[in-house]
Amino acid sequence: MGGILVRRLLGALPILLIVSLITFAMIHLIPGDPAAAIAGMSATPEQIINIRRDLGLDQPLLTQLADWYLNLLHGDLGRSLLLGQPVVQATMLRLPVTLALSAYALVLTLLIGLVSGILAALRQNTWVDQAAMVFAMLGISLPSFYLGLLMIIVLGVDLRWLPTGGYVAFTDDPLGWLATSTMPAISLALLLAGLLARITRSTMLEVLRQDYIRTARAKGLPNRTVVMKHALANALIPITTVLGIIVSLLISGSVVVETLFSIPGIGQLLTQAVLNRDYPMVQGGLLITTALLVLINIGVDCCYALLDPRVRYDGG
Amino acid sequence: MSLLEVRDLTTSFQTGGGEVTAVENISFSLEKGEILGIVGESGSGKSVTALAIMGLLPRPPARILGGSIMFEGQDLLRLSDRSMQRLRGPGIAMVFQEPMTSLNPVFTIGEQIMETIGAHESLSQKDRFARAVEMLEKVGIPSATSRMTDYPHQLSGGQRQRVMLAIALVCRPKLLIADEPTTALDVTIQAQILSLLMDLRDEFGMAIMMITHNMGVIAETADRVLVMYAGRTVEQAPVGRLFDHPLHPYTRGLLSCVPTLDQDQDRLVAIPGSLPEPSRRPPGCRFSARCSYAVPACGESIPPLAMFEPGHAAACIRVRDIG
Repeated sequence: MGGILVRRLLGALPILLIVSLITFAMIHLIPGDPAAAIAGMSATPEQIINIRRDLGLDQPLLTQLADWYLNLLHGDLGRSLLLGQPVVQATMLRLPVTLALSAYALVLTLLIGLVSGILAALRQNTWVDQAAMVFAMLGISLPSFYLGLLMIIVLGVDLRWLPTGGYVAFTDDPLGWLATSTMPAISLALLLAGLLARITRSTMLEVLRQDYIRTARAKGLPNRTVVMKHALANALIPITTVLGIIVSLLISGSVVVETLFSIPGIGQLLTQAVLNRDYPMVQGGLLITTALLVLINIGVDCCYALLDPRVRYDGG
Repeated sequence: MSLLEVRDLTTSFQTGGGEVTAVENISFSLEKGEILGIVGESGSGKSVTALAIMGLLPRPPARILGGSIMFEGQDLLRLSDRSMQRLRGPGIAMVFQEPMTSLNPVFTIGEQIMETIGAHESLSQKDRFARAVEMLEKVGIPSATSRMTDYPHQLSGGQRQRVMLAIALVCRPKLLIADEPTTALDVTIQAQILSLLMDLRDEFGMAIMMITHNMGVIAETADRVLVMYAGRTVEQAPVGRLFDHPLHPYTRGLLSCVPTLDQDQDRLVAIPGSLPEPSRRPPGCRFSARCSYAVPACGESIPPLAMFEPGHAAACIRVRDIG
């Protein structure tokens, strides 16, 4: 178990290296000049050149890249050109917002996805199954921004049940957080809940056909125990694998949803950074987000080993 | 009153090509402590009969069209799901053909034995543990206490079948259905499991329904034998009678398929042809197409099961002619 953890953590380093290289290449490939953006419309060419020199943007790309890595080794990701704040500080300020929203959406995803998937499998080919799968299809097909807009119009503008946007931190006002986060969380969760429901349904159907389920019935266990213990414990193994992907999709989905609901999370921060060619912010913010996602996926793999004794022993 | 009395059991399966019968008018009984062997090729309806008794036929696609299954005087086909569930374990238990896949891979074998006890008796955790260890020792698992925390993948096939037996027997069933319990195992292990079954029968006084396609297993264990072909009983006899004087051509075929060392044979004997698919069964005697004794009359109507000796019945119109 400890061996797996160390190996996976070491394996994460090349991933981070590759992601940072790609980010660096991409952001420099987009046309546009952060110095021009900072200097404003009326700046003279000399002013822009001065700013470029101050920011180190006049250096060859390879030198810039080497400097960035050198500073990274000292734990310094530079300063945001736009905000003036250190990149780490700006990211850490916004990250809890996104994480809280993602956690809320994840709970909704698991609740809706697992319950409807299990019900559909148990009532295969009945109206329950069909209703659950139509719902899942709808969730998968509706773009989250469209669903978000619909909810803003209906729940926010017409019915005035929930605020149309904005954000209240959970630590300031839990109820306010719930009010501002519910619509974004639903629009994030519905797609993934649909995905999870379909996977749960097919996995449960597969597991319910297994010989050990017949054994569990043959020894006189109540149906509830057969399904919720013997079947679910096995179905959760492949479902957990998908969970890593679901968490990644939640965090990347927050880019759209945070913009739509004007939530000051990491998605909104990075969107602004890309639009303004805020090189250090994009580089550093993406590196931190990637590291976080890699960590979450390692955590999921550990869950996998906890759920499946065969992995625990064979994997060393 | 017999322990188990199956009367005219008929079941069917819904398939893509319509509804086909899996077993037809199967009748047999089983006394306390008796071992009844059920033989037949794959697809002859042996396992369907067993699952029908257990109430574990997947419905749909399976359907029970008629008959009764009396166990200790109550008709299992009329029991509620809840009563049937309570009966599985202390009343009727079953071990399956596939020891490799019949245990749940994510729970320890101790847990899988103990939860069986927990489903039927209110015992403390400690007592359930002790009972499970005792059962593991009975089925011949060495150092049982330390094996309790093992997962199925840490055991060999033979050990897993022993664990399956422990699960089946831990609530002291009155009837054990063993569906090809040794087919998936090595020959040496097969003999061990069979003698273990016999010992446990003597110790617990339970009846065993031994389902197999192996005539050797029948000869070694059974008191009486039921031979099935394409969903119907073709012959029923005490084991000694069946091996000495098989009446039905199919039984004769099965017995001559068993190779012996003292016979001078160049090739193995086989019954020509194969089991007809349920949807393409011939009219009349279902074995007629493969039978070397068949006459035109065999194809006209299904021969009834007729008693030729006390306790020895066969479903063949040619028994008297072929001697």
